[in-house]
Order: sequence, then structure tokens, then C-alpha cells
Amino acid sequence: MNKPKVAFFDFASCEGCQLQIVNLEADLLAVIEHVDVVSFREAMKEHRDDYDIAFVEGSITRRSDESRLKTIRENAGTLIALGSCAALGGINCLKNFFELDYVRETVYGDRTMNYETYAARPLKAVVPVDFEIPGCPISRPEFVRVLKSLLLGKKPEIPNYPVCVECKIEGNICAFERGMPCMGPITRAGCGATCIKEGSFCWGCRGMVEDPNTDAQRDILNKYGLDVNDIFGKFRLYTGYSEVAK
Amino acid sequence: MNETKTIQVKHVTRVEGHGNIDITIKDGQVQNCQWKVVEAPRFFEAMVRGRKWFETAHITSRICGICSIGHTLTSLKATEKAMDIAVSKQTENMRKLLLHAENIQSHILHVGYLVLPDLLGAPSVFPLASSHRNEVLVVVRLHQLSNEMSDLIGGRTTHPQRPVVGGFTKWPTPMELKKLRARLEDGMADLDALVELVRAHADRLPHFERETEFIALKHPNEYAFYDGDITSTDGGTWPVKNYPKICNEFLVPQSTAKFSKHNRESYMVGALARLNNSYQQLSPKAKAVAEVFSLQPVNCNPFMNNVAQIVEIAHCLEDGIQLIDAILADGIVDEQAAAAVKAGKGAASVEVPRGILFHEYEYDDAGICTWANCVIPTNQNHGNIQKDFESLVPQIKDRSAEEIELTMEMLVRAYDPCISCSTHCIFI
Repeated sequence: MNKPKVAFFDFASCEGCQLQIVNLEADLLAVIEHVDVVSFREAMKEHRDDYDIAFVEGSITRRSDESRLKTIRENAGTLIALGSCAALGGINCLKNFFELDYVRETVYGDRTMNYETYAARPLKAVVPVDFEIPGCPISRPEFVRVLKSLLLGKKPEIPNYPVCVECKIEGNICAFERGMPCMGPITRAGCGATCIKEGSFCWGCRGMVEDPNTDAQRDILNKYGLDVNDIFGKFRLYTGYSEVAK
Repeated sequence: MNETKTIQVKHVTRVEGHGNIDITIKDGQVQNCQWKVVEAPRFFEAMVRGRKWFETAHITSRICGICSIGHTLTSLKATEKAMDIAVSKQTENMRKLLLHAENIQSHILHVGYLVLPDLLGAPSVFPLASSHRNEVLVVVRLHQLSNEMSDLIGGRTTHPQRPVVGGFTKWPTPMELKKLRARLEDGMADLDALVELVRAHADRLPHFERETEFIALKHPNEYAFYDGDITSTDGGTWPVKNYPKICNEFLVPQSTAKFSKHNRESYMVGALARLNNSYQQLSPKAKAVAEVFSLQPVNCNPFMNNVAQIVEIAHCLEDGIQLIDAILADGIVDEQAAAAVKAGKGAASVEVPRGILFHEYEYDDAGICTWANCVIPTNQNHGNIQKDFESLVPQIKDRSAEEIELTMEMLVRAYDPCISCSTHCIFI
């Protein structure tokens, strides 16, 4: 049986999600026994365009990147957005809340016009995307699960329930009880509530569940005497694209 | 010789981020030779404006997945400086340990996964997984060890959660640290295997030297990673707050990243720059590894940066054991991170895998970030890479285009550039 050909690509990102694939360590050796990696610029010199599955990290932040993404889309049978930048727009969208000229001037001064940029956006704003693996960074087990599903010809599923569910299973003390405004009640699970487990709170990096219970989120905020703006600011960290600049 | 050789590499492979090589040699004359940075700009300094004091490290960590721990720690130190927040000895030791974990992780990723294929004549690590299985397993085990270390201290290998302004949200238990200590000791055997593997193929590293300036942090009591003053192999020591006068960032047309220069046309930062400035403070094992490769300061061969990284892996393993002993001897106190928010401005620096990193922030009374600046190591190296191009290409111009291409790719790779990091740095 021919092994499925897999390729990895990246746009504006920290490449931390591709790093999670390297971080599979010995499991990566097992993965590459079941697929042919035909393009992975960060790790290999070889390159071929006949891939079946493309994993794409990063958000699209300039018009000149669109054609490269469209070519990847044409070549790939299945295109998967890898990580929050690709799936949601992610942290790069923070710049969308400023006037772009202001952003460019802040960084590049009076030479600003030489540096092309536009509002940061997820892949799906440019091409159709088949599946999304959100997370900043992605969860390694979730990546392996999605890949296994694809190899078995099944539709990959990721959780559509909030982080609170996993947080309870982990036995964490609720972040609200510790006085921290937490995005857990409306954020898509799949991370094992890792940030809360490590003593922090949910930053919302995996984006919202479908049809989030925003009333419940508001009730919780009221119960703990927290300001809705605290959540609104956090909401913008990763899912700002859904709010502006479409 | 009436021929034109054109070497155009679009998106150099096995490096982090997007950079191009553009060389034209006509009739034996080098007509064009450029290192171009084409990464999409990301504008982090603007993105943190208006965000709260506890969010800046979370956001700037996302500058780089590979050195997210270094960015997090530099950011935390800068915020602490701005608000006059002191941290405990325990926090400091734990941060040093976490930084060691990242240095091992990043260096072994670079040497083992990105550089080793060049030394073994393979296009990537993937075919090596079957042709050199045992060698690859050495690399995988060291990488795994460093990631376990990051997980244990920082709560995650990439974008750590536990380190916060004023300290940590959670501490490892003494038992966990003892287990890690044993793992680090076991790692020494894999380190020896790595040293032997690279030594056996070290003749593949080109013999190329170009005198340049090496800049790094320097500390009176230790091989500087977490703290110190800025120093240079050209002489001089400066407090971290003077960093804009050292880095002198400037824009060049071929690049979305800024370039830097200090005393000379360019300077180099990273493992080789650290080693050249602080060799005497390396751990005994690290010095022994340096001797295997005859690597002594001041070494001006940028390809030896690969070797300097192996030397630093040895240092981080050995010093990591010492740090754990010190932490266990003091006993781990379950202290809470404390921070009193106030207005202020502060700069901080940490030596991250690819070199000296600066973050600076200004906050208002409410702890809202009003201004930020980040100067990234790879940015500081771009100018030096370009000057190496201008020196090395004429020396090898008569070789085949394929050979020149491989050598120049290896040169870029030797710097371990982190290009997505480097494209959003500013002066105001």
C-alpha cells in the first residue's frame, strides 16, 4: 500500500506548532513509518508538490502570501490548519485592532511603506480548509489523533465542549476560585486544561466552542465580581479575527 | 571562465523562518551576493500596546516557538525591572534551570535535526532514521530529556505557563527534581555519543575565518545565560539598559528584519559569541568537549557555532545538575508570585539559544503596556551573515554552483537563524 504523502508549510507564525511535531520524539519515528513526508522546509531540503495531506501553520498577513496558500490548496487533497494562527487567526490578529499604518510606523518608522502587510487572518479567509487543529501551541496527542483518523479514512473529530469539562476531570481548583478571570467556560477543550493545571487560567487559545454559552460566562463573571472587559480583552488575544477586519 | 553561475535559494530549508540566498557569479567575478530575509512582518511591539502587565510575556512568548522560554523570561525580567519587583533566589535558580532546558532543546534540535544531515551527506533527518538509527536515537533522547526538563520546570515545553511576573505559579517537588537530576546524569552518555558522532564528521565543516566582533552577556560568577552585563570581544562592558547603543538597528532594502552593527560593520551573537567571551566559566565537561574540537577563544569561524552549541549542551547538563543540588539543599518553599503594579520603564536581557535578547517595556499606573521594544538575536546576526557572504563567496567562487549553494546554506544554518523571531524589531 502506498503511504499517504504529507507536507508541512508555514506562514506568519512562531513555528511552535511544527515544533510540537518534532517534539513527538520517538513517536515521530513511528509516524514517519506510516506516511511519506514530502515537504517540511523547517526539517528537510527535499521538496515535492504531490502531497495528499498538507498541514499549514501560521496566519495570512499579506496579500502576496495568498497565491502560495492557493497553490498548496490546489495540490493538497486535504488541507489542515495547524494551530491557532492558521485556524483562528490567532495572536497575529492583535495588530488588527490598530490602524495598519500606525502598526507599521511603530515597528519600521518612516520606511514603513516598504513593508507589506494587511489585517492578519486565518487560512479559511483565503481558501477552504478541511480540518482545524487549534491551540497555541497544538496539543501533540490531538495532532496524532487527527493524523490517525485521516490515515484510517475517518473524519477527525475535536472536542466541542468547553475546557471546564477537562478541567474538572483534571481535578483543578477553579481559576475563578483563585480570583482569576478564566476563558475556560466558552473555550474549546482538547488541551487537558493545561494552563489551569499549571497554576494559570485559560487564555482561550483554542477558540470558542460552537454556540458558546455566553450567558453562563457572564453569570460567572458577575458571581465573582469581575469585569466583562477582563474577558473581552482575553477574547481578543486569539479570536480577534472574528471580531474585526473580515 | 565565460560562464554565469546563479545561485538562488528561495526559502532556505532546515532553518526556522524564511530567508533567501541570491548569488550571481559572472566570468569568475562575484556580481551579486545577498542574504535576504523575506519573512512576513508580525509587529509584536505594536501588539502588546494596551495589554496588561501580566499579558506581555504571554504575547511575546509567541515571537518564537523554539525560544519561547527565553522570550518569556526576558519579558518577565523587563516587566519586573519596570516595576521594581524583586524575585527570590529560588525563582532565579529555577529560571536558570528552565533556560538550560531550552538551550539544550534548541541546540540539539539544531545540531541533531538540522545540521547533522549536512555532516552525514543526507538531505534531511528522515532518511537517517533508517540509515543511522542509533545516531538519530541519541539525538531524540537528548531532545526528549530537554523537553521533559522544560515540562517539569515551566509547565510546558513551548510557551511555558508557570513562570510569571514575580516568580512561578507552581513548583516541582523535590522528588521530581531528584528524578530529573538522575536523567541529566544519564544524558551524559548520549552527549558523549553526540560529541563522537560530530567529531567523526567535523571535517565537513568548512574552514573559513573572518574576524568580527562577538557580543554576549558576561557575569562575574558564572557562564552568563540568565543575567549579566553586555560585553564584546573588542573590549568593553555596558549595562543592559544601554542596549540601543550596542545594537544600532538599521533597515536594509533586502530584508523585512532589521540589521545591527556596533564597532565594526557587523557583529555576531549566539553560542560562539558566548564561548568567545566567557570560555573560562564553562563547566569542566564543557571545556573537555571544546578541547575535543580544538575550540578555543577567540574563534572566528562561524561554522564552529555548531560545535559551540554542543559545548553548551554539556555545560547546561552539568550546570543543571549543580543547580538542582543547590535548589534541593536550600529546600523548596511554596512561595506565591507577588507583584505590586506601578508605572515604570525597564529593559532586560537574557542569553537565549541564538544569542543575546533584549526586551524593554513601559507601563502606566494601571500596568497597561504603553511602549515596547524587542531586539532579537537573529536580527543582530543578519548583518554578520551578509558580511560572511561577501567574504566567503569570492573564496569559493570557482567551485560548482551546487557546492557553493550547499556551503552557503550550511553557513546560514550554522547561525541557527530564527527568522520569524527576527522580523519585528524596532527603534523609536
